[in-house]
Amino acid sequence: MSAVLPRPPVLPGPIEWLRANLFSNIPNALLTVVALYLIWRYLPPFVNWVFIDAIWRAPSSTACRAAAEAGACWAFIDEKHRFILFGTYPFEEHWRPGVATLLFLALYAVSAMRRFWRPWLALVWLAGLALIGILMWGGVFGLSYVENERWGGLVLTLILATFGIVFAFPLSILLALGRRSEMPVVRSFCVIYIELIRGVPLISLLFMASVVMPLFLPSGVTVDKLLRAQIALILFSAAYLAEVVRGGLQAIPRGQYEAAEALGLSFGKRTVLIILPQALKISIPPLVNTFIGLFKDTSLVVIIGLFDLLLALKTAINEPAWSGVGVEAYLFASLVYFAFCYAMSQYSQRLERDLSRGPVARALKDT
Amino acid sequence: MKRIVRLTLGIALLGAGAVHAQGTLDAVQKKGFVQCGTNVGLAGFAQPDSRGAWKGLDVDVCRAIAAAVFGDATKVRYTPTTAVQRFPALQSGEVDVLSRNTTWTITRDTSLGFNFVGVNYYDGQGFMVPKKLNVKSAKQLNGATICVQPGTTTELNLSDYFRANRMTFKPVVIEKLEETLNAYYSGRCDVFTTDVSGLVSTRGSRPNPADHVILPEVISKEPLGPVVRHGDDRWFDIVKWSLYAMIEAEEMGLTSKNIDQASASKDPAVQRFIGATGDFGKMLGVDNKWAFNIIKQVGNYGESFEANLKPLGFERGINELWTKGGIMYAPPLR
Repeated sequence: MSAVLPRPPVLPGPIEWLRANLFSNIPNALLTVVALYLIWRYLPPFVNWVFIDAIWRAPSSTACRAAAEAGACWAFIDEKHRFILFGTYPFEEHWRPGVATLLFLALYAVSAMRRFWRPWLALVWLAGLALIGILMWGGVFGLSYVENERWGGLVLTLILATFGIVFAFPLSILLALGRRSEMPVVRSFCVIYIELIRGVPLISLLFMASVVMPLFLPSGVTVDKLLRAQIALILFSAAYLAEVVRGGLQAIPRGQYEAAEALGLSFGKRTVLIILPQALKISIPPLVNTFIGLFKDTSLVVIIGLFDLLLALKTAINEPAWSGVGVEAYLFASLVYFAFCYAMSQYSQRLERDLSRGPVARALKDT
Repeated sequence: MKRIVRLTLGIALLGAGAVHAQGTLDAVQKKGFVQCGTNVGLAGFAQPDSRGAWKGLDVDVCRAIAAAVFGDATKVRYTPTTAVQRFPALQSGEVDVLSRNTTWTITRDTSLGFNFVGVNYYDGQGFMVPKKLNVKSAKQLNGATICVQPGTTTELNLSDYFRANRMTFKPVVIEKLEETLNAYYSGRCDVFTTDVSGLVSTRGSRPNPADHVILPEVISKEPLGPVVRHGDDRWFDIVKWSLYAMIEAEEMGLTSKNIDQASASKDPAVQRFIGATGDFGKMLGVDNKWAFNIIKQVGNYGESFEANLKPLGFERGINELWTKGGIMYAPPLR
């Protein structure tokens, strides 16, 4: 009379796992075999090239190539890393852009932690950016003055991207709100602005800023090249971000607006307390998408002769003693860009998960 | 497109007119440095080294001007400019002088509102072929496949030359320089053509430079030199004579090494050059020791060539002094 118990679940062994995941049917099995072949064929040579046969120190690329036919010539990065990171900044003063880069990273790290999302964070940013400005320009506290034509490399990329995001984001919120506004003048201004800027490529904006604008200024007045490029970048990304934010605003159910109005909140309070937190949360993926795009778009300033990371690199491989190391150089650049962009995308995913656990999210799901 | 260009030029000229209200020399002296427009990066002419310091033949002209005006060759700020940016940068007054391997043409000298002060490098378009093809002259290139970049005068010169010599060629037109070079080195075309300086520097960067020969024919004239704006003759003079002082010094045998001893020389020409007698500096509106400072701090033209272009495999060729078979020639300093 003993009851027949169900068979205890068998934990899948490696063979079962393989069968279920890699060889479940004939196309899958074929794909697995092809993938394995490709890995076996190309991974070991790549690892060899990158690490084992690579040359880490050499006086020039010809010496490098002579020493290792089949390996990467990382000696190039070893020789040129300071130029790639800091451009034409005076060599003896390289610690200053170095510290500025670290300050940027610290600012990003602090802002990434939600427990620091307090009003004083704005002050921290202000202080941080001021400090970076003092470090880069100098001219006070015994630091020698360095004009910003000489800024370059990674730190310039970070400056362009960070200032771009910090100024374009608030501007884009205003534009998005303006585009949904019921005041005809404000609305049409925002629509015209967004459509006009989105209608032209960033390159043409940069050209306008760098080539045409100086000709319109009265004699003796020159706005420097970096500032002009920075403003062009900000205006450009603001137009794109505005549409992203507007998408978020439109996703908020009408009930939220009406409820906020019913509570007697003013327009400002309604927007800041009820609408924007929800709208921005919804738009995190496209927002980060645009931020990543902006970070990489900074490399377009090469066309106006600003020594950002990519131009510094290109200039470095231009030198005859180090020619023919393009692959290594561009791999290095992609690694740097990837590090920043991947960090942004990972962080945004975590942020989405964190926020979707909050009460706001639950309330939204119920509506 | 043409209308836009014309409009831009029109605006540019208006802008250029406005800058001259105040003399460039006064403005330069007031701000304490020469703002010099250079190439973003062209090996041998203007290129930042690993420490980020600008080096090159064009850069040395900038330094010479600073040495003449301030007695200090380091008082230069460089504005790297791209090919499209360079002229507006000069027209708008963003730079005081453009020393950026710019070809002297009548259009640029007149309607763009510029003055070319002279030539610091005589370039011209040439051909490079692999040695194994055993070609000795461009006249043997009938029917050849030629790698060339589009949209440049290079492309036009090429077809002109072949038409004039009743030859045919198959162009391989690729936008990017690196890819053009790859096409040539991988054997997709028999010939690569661009300015001789470009040929020399790309060949110099190959593992076996001797595998390629540059043919003797040079099919175009590309005199490269520093440029200033129209309408400021004093500044024009200073830039012009800063360049000529370097060439003249080479002819006189004055170098950065021996110029100190030369001060003791009784040679009246040397005495005039270093400013011990005569008032050339005053006439230019700068210090009387201007030429001495240029040679002491920057060196003469030959030294600059030796330091910047020789290591890349450049020969002096027609850029040799006129006394040695070239065409480098400075008007007399007297």
